[in-house]
Amino acid sequence: MIRSELIQKIADENPHLYQRDVERIVNTVFEEVTDAMARGDRVELRGFGAFSVKQRDARTGRNPRTGETVEVEEKHVPFFKTGKLLRDRLNGKA
Amino acid sequence: MGEKTLTRMDLSEAVFREVGLSRNESAQLVESMLQHMSDALVRGEQVKISSFGTFSVRDKSARVGRNPKTGEEVPIQPRRVLTFRPSHLMKDRVADGNRK
Repeated sequence: MIRSELIQKIADENPHLYQRDVERIVNTVFEEVTDAMARGDRVELRGFGAFSVKQRDARTGRNPRTGETVEVEEKHVPFFKTGKLLRDRLNGKA
Repeated sequence: MGEKTLTRMDLSEAVFREVGLSRNESAQLVESMLQHMSDALVRGEQVKISSFGTFSVRDKSARVGRNPKTGEEVPIQPRRVLTFRPSHLMKDRVADGNRK
């Protein structure tokens, strides 16, 4: 499933809404999740999963091609943990 | 930096502000998005949201695990797990936003 298919499904279920509004709704939700993580916030969606930000410490890395050492700065990366209900559903338990 | 936790309510509030539907209908739309995404994943489909990220389902085979507390061996059944791979755009925005 891709973004446009998700938009189409929601549009089909809500014939009273304009397609362009459905697009805005779907985009707003994803945008809101990314914005929250960019601020360092978490987004917890019970039953689906939780988006959070993890800190990766600074380290000395190595360029695998040249073998040269490089200093990698501390950075923050997005992380998703699957919710219990969805995990159970994936395994036919719910 | 934040450390706040947003929930469905915050996402519905954003939809409510953006489109001007009722709060109730905004909440239902957020719920239905999550439902459609979950259903697709349960069917074994990938959910690929451009400029956000990709959710995919992976099969893990059975293995022997160990209870870290007791050292006891326990069989772990084959299972399906969900992984999320953030898009480059999301990675960049999260890295930039949290830079000190």
